Amino acid sequence: MNAASTRESVLAILAEVKDPELPMIDVVELGIVRDVSFDDGHLTVDITPTYSGCPAMQVIEKEIVETLASHGFDGARVRTVYSPAWTTDWMTGEARERLRVHGIAPPGRVEIDGGGIAELVSLRRAKPTPACPFCGSTNTVEKSEFGSTACKAIHFCNSCHQPFDRFKPF
Amino acid sequence: MLGHRLSEWCGHGPILEEDIALANIALDLIGQATLFLKLAGETEGKGRSEDALAYFREAIDYRNVHLVELPNGDYAFTIVRQFLFDVFSYHLLEQLMTSSNTELAGIAAKGFKEVRYHVRHSSEWVVRMGDGTDESHTRAQKALDHLWRFTGEMFQADAIEKTMAADGVGADIEAIQPKWRAVIDDVMKRATLTIPNDPPAMTGGRRGSHTEHLGHMLSEMQIVARSHPGAEW
Repeated sequence: MNAASTRESVLAILAEVKDPELPMIDVVELGIVRDVSFDDGHLTVDITPTYSGCPAMQVIEKEIVETLASHGFDGARVRTVYSPAWTTDWMTGEARERLRVHGIAPPGRVEIDGGGIAELVSLRRAKPTPACPFCGSTNTVEKSEFGSTACKAIHFCNSCHQPFDRFKPF
Repeated sequence: MLGHRLSEWCGHGPILEEDIALANIALDLIGQATLFLKLAGETEGKGRSEDALAYFREAIDYRNVHLVELPNGDYAFTIVRQFLFDVFSYHLLEQLMTSSNTELAGIAAKGFKEVRYHVRHSSEWVVRMGDGTDESHTRAQKALDHLWRFTGEMFQADAIEKTMAADGVGADIEAIQPKWRAVIDDVMKRATLTIPNDPPAMTGGRRGSHTEHLGHMLSEMQIVARSHPGAEW
C-alpha cells in the first residue's frame, strides 16, 4: 500500500471511534483528527481537544489506540495538538444532519467577532433562534448557554413546547 | 483554584440552569489549568505531571492570586468575583495567543474561546443582580466592597513575569489593568453598583503567601490523590 491509501484506510478505521457523549458522530467527522502520519513504521494520530476540560478526550484517545490495534495497527501513538484550536466549523455536513435527527440543533457558523469584549458584556446581543430539531420552527428561545455537556446550550421551542440541546458554535 | 471553587456549587446552585452553568465553567477552568500545568511540568523537565503539580504541592508552593482562593460566599459574591476574574482572564489569554511558545499560544487560543462565554455569563448576572431587587443589589454591592481589595494583585508582575513578557513568551499583565478597568467601570455603572474607594491592597499570592482559606481548600481538593497515590480509574 502506498502512503496515501494507508492514510485513507486509517481514517476509515478511525470512523469507527465515536464520541462517547455524542455516539451518533465519529471522531473524523467531528473534526478532531488533525493528521495521520507514519514514521519508521510507527503510526501517529494527531488529535485536538474540543474544549479544554472535555472529559471525552481521554476515552477517545484510548479507543483510537484499541480500535487501530484491532485492525492490525499495533502500538499506534496518539498525539494531542493544540494549534490551530478546534472549531465547530470543521464538523461535516453529514454530522450536523445526524445531530439534528437525534434532537440536537447543529451549530451555526462561527461568526468573526469584530466587537471584542465590549460586545460580550452588552446585554443587547441578539440571542440565537436555531430551528427546533423536532418540529423545524424557528420560534425558539435560548434558556442558557451552558447545557448538559461543555459543547451544548439549552433552548426551548415555543411551537412544539419541547426543550432541546444546541451544539454551540465554538 | 477558581475551577475547584466553582465546582463546590455543583448540586447547590440557586436554579438548575445556574448549577449547570457553574459546573460547565468549572470544567473549562480545570481543563485550562490541566493544560497549563502539563506544559509547565514538561518545561520544568523534572518529570512532574499536571496531577503532581495540582495534588502534591503545598499551599506555600501555590502561586495563585488571593481572589480565586476565597470561599464562595453567596451567589452574588461568586458571580461578582467571577466577573472580576473573567475580564482579566479574557485579556490575559488574548495576549498569550500570540506567545512565541506555540503550545502556550494554542492552549490560550482554546481558553479564549471558552472565556468569551464566561464573560457573557458573569457580566449578564452582575447587571441583573446589581440593577435588580433591593436585596440582590445590596448583596452584589457588599460582594464588590469586599472583593475590590483583592483585584490589584492580578496586575502585579514579578521578575519572572516581566522576563517572560520581555521574551515574548508571557503576557504584560500590568498593561491589562486599564483595559480591565474600562470594562469593569462600564458594567458596574449599568449594574448601578459603586466601585469602592479603598485601594486594592491584598497581595502575596504569587510569592506563596496566601489567605488562611487556601490550606482548607487544598485539604479537600488533594485528599483523594494523596490517600491513593497512583490510583487510576
